[in-house]
Amino acid sequence: MDNSKKTLELHPFFEGMDPDLLDVMACCACHREYQPGQFIYREGDEADQALLIIEGKVCVEIFAAQRGSLVIQTLGPGDILGWSWLFPPFKRRFDARAIELTRAIALDGGVLRQKADEDHRLGYELLKRFSRLVVERLQATRLQIIDIYGKHI
Amino acid sequence: MKALIKDIMAPAVCVIQKFRKETQDTFTLELSPPEEGFSFSPGQFNMLYMYGIGEVPISISGDPADTGRIIHTIRAYGAVTSRMMTLKKQEMIGVRGPFGTHWPIEDLVGRDILLVAGGIGIAPLRPVLFHILSNRTRYGKVLLLYGERTPGDLIFRNQIESWRGRFDLELEVTVDSAREGWRGNVGVVTTLMPRIVLDPSNTAAMLCGPEIMMHYTIQELTKKGLRDDQIYISMERNMRCGIGLCGHCQLGPTFVCKDGPVFLLSKVRHLFRKREL
Ligand code: FES
Repeated sequence: MDNSKKTLELHPFFEGMDPDLLDVMACCACHREYQPGQFIYREGDEADQALLIIEGKVCVEIFAAQRGSLVIQTLGPGDILGWSWLFPPFKRRFDARAIELTRAIALDGGVLRQKADEDHRLGYELLKRFSRLVVERLQATRLQIIDIYGKHI
Repeated sequence: MKALIKDIMAPAVCVIQKFRKETQDTFTLELSPPEEGFSFSPGQFNMLYMYGIGEVPISISGDPADTGRIIHTIRAYGAVTSRMMTLKKQEMIGVRGPFGTHWPIEDLVGRDILLVAGGIGIAPLRPVLFHILSNRTRYGKVLLLYGERTPGDLIFRNQIESWRGRFDLELEVTVDSAREGWRGNVGVVTTLMPRIVLDPSNTAAMLCGPEIMMHYTIQELTKKGLRDDQIYISMERNMRCGIGLCGHCQLGPTFVCKDGPVFLLSKVRHLFRKREL
């Protein structure tokens, strides 16, 4: 647990978080490792964890009939994979797969939700951080779909 | 800098020595310089004239130390550039230039350099990299971030691969979307920004790409502690004369062809992304 707390403290996503809350989070954390090519989850799976990527690279894919898998995002060290654990119906919307050997801290989504219900300070901190992440991803997605690399001299 | 001709409004005739297709819609022309010679500074552009069709401003994408060739990398968007894409070796093209301001590479000796390119914006930044890599010990850390639509749209692929092998250059490429099997990054170029480490006190950034991309990149750089007087941008406007006479490229009181295309952000912050202009 101590090791997990240290890793959480150092992760940019939890920068500035109250150490008491980090203690609670560390109780829901465990280390995970994924081999290159290994699926971390697939669309439709239960969303039961958030992954804090420490090392490696992960791609988020969507499967399109007749086009195969399309990569829509890649994530690396310092990034968070997955927020579906926070919102009903707690199901994965995409596939996620390690491209390189990936090490991460997995936070148990079910336990975190329960702890957040019990301690609203934790709930507020989590919502603040995850909603900022959602907003950043939404903005990046908007740029991605408007084909910003248009005309230039 | 040696201009092509004395009468700056009359294009010099240059022969196409090489035509290389880079991607489905992007190509590189290697032109033989005229007898009087040609030299340029990174970031400058030429007006390229297709006889009977029209003239367009195209930045120079070659090595500034190589005075034996004029190199332009062009993405076919409009009527003139689309027609240019059908040109062949030994055909002629009209050239006026070089015009405009340049990236201030000599003033940035000793600094860390961040280059951020979006789409065809990699072309005006390539001469900067040529220069820096030939004078590598004179600069600090060098990073290149390059964003494109898809892996198939990446320009200078072989060169990027060889640059990737260098230990003295950090290079990240990202695309908006990719098929399974692409091992690089996916996401707009701004998504790379949180992952890079910059020393804000000693970094100069040069950005080239669509304005909207530069706008969001500037926001990320500001978050990282860079000030407007550490960021250079290359702006794009319609151009006709290229020498500050016709007013086509005017942005408020500024002529992009003459006062730009390379600007220090702090000098044009009030003009940048202004809807009225
Ligand atoms: S293009 Fe004519 S003034 Fe700039």
